[in-house]
Amino acid sequence: MTKKKVTKTVKWLTWFRNKWFYLLVLAAALCVPFVVPNQYFFQLIMMSCLFAIATLSLNLIIGITGQVSLAHGAFFGIGAYGVAILTTTSNMSFWLALPLAAIISALAGLIIGIPALRTRGAYFAISTLCMGFIVELVASNWIDLTGGYNGIVGVPQPSSIPIPFVGQISFADQTSQYYMVLFFLLLTIFVMHRVTYSLKGLNFMAVRNNENLAEAVGINTFSTKLLSFVVGNFFAGLAGGIYASIIGSISPSATGIVNSFNWLAYLLLGGIATMAGPIIGAFVIPLLMEYLQALQEYTMIIFGILLIVVMIFFPTGFMGGITKLNEKLRYLYSSRKGGAHRAANSGKSL
Amino acid sequence: MLLIAENLYKKFDGAMVLNDVRLEVDEGEIVAIIGPNGAGKTVLFSLITGIHNPTFGRIYFKGDDITGMNPHVISKKGIARTFQLTTLFDQLRVIDNLCIGYQQRTTGGLWSTIFHSGRWKRDMDKVTAKVLEVLKFIGLEKRSNDFVSTLSHGEQRKLSIGVALASEPRLILLDEPTGGLIHEDTDEITNLIKKINESGITVCLIEHKMRMVMGLAQRIVVLNHGSLIAEGTPKEIVSNQRVIEAYLGRKHHA
Repeated sequence: MTKKKVTKTVKWLTWFRNKWFYLLVLAAALCVPFVVPNQYFFQLIMMSCLFAIATLSLNLIIGITGQVSLAHGAFFGIGAYGVAILTTTSNMSFWLALPLAAIISALAGLIIGIPALRTRGAYFAISTLCMGFIVELVASNWIDLTGGYNGIVGVPQPSSIPIPFVGQISFADQTSQYYMVLFFLLLTIFVMHRVTYSLKGLNFMAVRNNENLAEAVGINTFSTKLLSFVVGNFFAGLAGGIYASIIGSISPSATGIVNSFNWLAYLLLGGIATMAGPIIGAFVIPLLMEYLQALQEYTMIIFGILLIVVMIFFPTGFMGGITKLNEKLRYLYSSRKGGAHRAANSGKSL
Repeated sequence: MLLIAENLYKKFDGAMVLNDVRLEVDEGEIVAIIGPNGAGKTVLFSLITGIHNPTFGRIYFKGDDITGMNPHVISKKGIARTFQLTTLFDQLRVIDNLCIGYQQRTTGGLWSTIFHSGRWKRDMDKVTAKVLEVLKFIGLEKRSNDFVSTLSHGEQRKLSIGVALASEPRLILLDEPTGGLIHEDTDEITNLIKKINESGITVCLIEHKMRMVMGLAQRIVVLNHGSLIAEGTPKEIVSNQRVIEAYLGRKHHA
């Protein structure tokens, strides 16, 4: 009995020792509403959370499965317009409209993916790029549905959730909205983590690594790529839906190619094919850009140079750089025995 | 008969690379396909595994017509193959490669992956058991957590055979399993092939090292310029006049 208790405690302690850093980050994330200096900054952080959801799902498609999709902004837009139209025209509840919009986005991914995923490499990137432009054009010209260039204004905030005996959770103020966004970010991290570190994730990585071999060992490469694309676009749509509701309006520019390239930059700078990289990228870069605003027109130049430097010296981004540094430090402190194989190992992390 | 390939023709851009080839593989035997470079041996494997479609002819596996099926469907039916140039998932670790080899026998979908359902747990148990079994079989237990890029060439060869074995095949096609290896590694691979065959898997291999083939194969099929020129036991093959001509050239009669 006591022995059992001890092993259980030990198990918890080991778990805690392995995860303390993540728990600390989570605690910090929960404390954010109490330390933010102003509403504007708070809004920026919320946007970063949404961008992190989008970048994480982009990572599933580009980083894990190796299919460079440039239509992510378009699917974000489909989710955003989905929620905007469903809540304003059809007066649907936000909590019904959000999953519906995400499913519409995933379905759009399925329809686009079936022809587009038959192409490989650069051709897939080009076809998804076109897809991004098409969605933006449709959004700005289908005036009856999307309101054309003016977009849709007056998208209601998330409706409050009634809880029996306690009252209700309302999402009228920024703090509650932040916790809602944080919840969806954690949900995305959870799903991405489960999918990546599993047999399904190995299938995705097998397709990224060698499509012909993957096919030869019994992986249906086409449906594997399609699954990754659809799941990724589901979360892009989810992020878009929340965005429309929090901002309160949506215009065609939000569906545009700019978003796709921004998230691609977050992904590359943060660390492609890692779990933490996309999140770090989505938080650090927008905030950095905000502080560099004083430099006005030079921001993009600095950003461009940074991107080139990272691509050359840290092809796996910030997280890849950290891993490399870690390996080097361990090499310095470790015995000679493990050195050669670690050296051979470094730089092969992608 | 486990595998029957009948009247296979394959044309690439007008060049006939296979010309009326018939291949039969019986349950439990080791068949070697030999022939000079460009004889069409690898193309024959590609046709059987569905990478290319034959221009004419049909292929039957366990009595089913598998002509023109996708490679992943044929793999599920029980034909595994290795490639001439060692082909592995080189960004991943040894165990990842073996897991990928076995995953086609699992049934879990996206839901069971996300929610860790009972099916997911059963899949994980099955995968773990299989991977450990294959690691022991190919003798790479010590390297299980290493990245493929750190393995020696001989070890990579063994692993590529292991990936094929992990898919629980009935028939395994080995494309030059000892190509470019030193003597000791060749012997190890030869023993491994014998062990695979003893475990009940039918083996069909392409090989250039005659000495190895003579000791290993029960039956030898000889291809030259896309045509089948001889078939028989190793003893029959070494004394076959057409085979000697194909390898050493025709004698000049002055």
